[in-house]
Amino acid sequence: MEQYINLFIRAVFIENLALSFFLGMCTFLAVSKKVKTAFGLGVAVIVVLGISVPVNNLIYHNILAPGALDWAGFPDADLSFLKFLTFIGVIAALVQILEMTLDKYVPALYNALGIFLPLITVNCAIFGGVAFMVERDYNFGESVVFGIGSGVGWALAIVALAAVREKLKYADVPDGLRGLGITFISVGLIGLGFMSFSGVSL
Amino acid sequence: MASAKEMKSVLFGPIFANNPIALQILGVCSALAVTSKMSNTLVMCIALTAVVAFSNLFISIIRNHIPSSVRIIVMMTIIASLVIVVDQILRAYAYGISKELSVFVGLIITNCIVMGRAEAYASKNNPFMSLLDGIGNGLGYSIVLLVVGFVRELFGSGSLFDVQILTLASQGGWYEPVGLLLMPPSAFFIIGGFIWVLRSFRTEQVEPKE
Repeated sequence: MEQYINLFIRAVFIENLALSFFLGMCTFLAVSKKVKTAFGLGVAVIVVLGISVPVNNLIYHNILAPGALDWAGFPDADLSFLKFLTFIGVIAALVQILEMTLDKYVPALYNALGIFLPLITVNCAIFGGVAFMVERDYNFGESVVFGIGSGVGWALAIVALAAVREKLKYADVPDGLRGLGITFISVGLIGLGFMSFSGVSL
Repeated sequence: MASAKEMKSVLFGPIFANNPIALQILGVCSALAVTSKMSNTLVMCIALTAVVAFSNLFISIIRNHIPSSVRIIVMMTIIASLVIVVDQILRAYAYGISKELSVFVGLIITNCIVMGRAEAYASKNNPFMSLLDGIGNGLGYSIVLLVVGFVRELFGSGSLFDVQILTLASQGGWYEPVGLLLMPPSAFFIIGGFIWVLRSFRTEQVEPKE
């Protein structure tokens, strides 16, 4: 149990997807003008990461990994070179299914997430989370914790940035830096703040 | 056939006038973590330029045959296949670098530049121009990354392409490396500065006050 808590805390703070691996930056910079929308997107990312990382974990370990097809009578098969294609397909399909399910059963949430769900397919945070799961060789339990944890970390980062940007509107920024430039620098400063967590030994 | 002038603007436009990172906010995602060393940066730039150029070319060739309802999936498949090729080549010929780039090669798939250019340009224009557009955007991305990589490696560890340029204080020299530059957040400061410099020269890119 302790191991899972450690993994969760590490995924949220120390190895934050957005601030220490720069994942999901496009949406991170584009959709962080208002705290409200940023929060909606954050929730959507938590949900999609929390589902897609474990699902891809199962697919990788039972079909794609070297020797994983043993149960089907192909002990020598190594399909791991197909992993990118499979993961992106699985993520796209999952997002689509999630969208339809939410539309049918939880319309309130569907309306709240709105346009963010389709955007998430091409969000590198999701793909990055899946790729890290494979590279670090997590088992199923760890992948569930890692998926949710890294989603929470990403959501936290985007809400923090949106809050800073809402206040930045009142600042007198030099012409060339206004908009994108100052946003990059604020992200850097938030990242530095998050780095102080790296001293936490678990 | 397009005129020479038009070709030139498609190829060189994205480098400064319409830079994918500094102006279109595309493709910042997977890139910044690889810029702490010039050699990794260069490999990443070549890989991305190749993928954008060829994905633009192939998508443009088949653009009239793709039903628009499934075009995203078709594009994704083409891009993912190209990235698999790049990944396998890197593993075969540059294993060390491929290990250091780790997941970031795979992340070219979700790099918004590739998808963005495929959707915005290649699906509407002829193959040759699309290829040029792909190369141009790849170069625009590369120039930002190379500037960031140059600053980070030179001042962060006193070397370029792993060749020691400034002798470090720890080895009896005079240069005290700036440790901050090796940390991830420094890339944001450098890009912020890059945008500032770019927009001071090209004032038409300055964003209006809210």
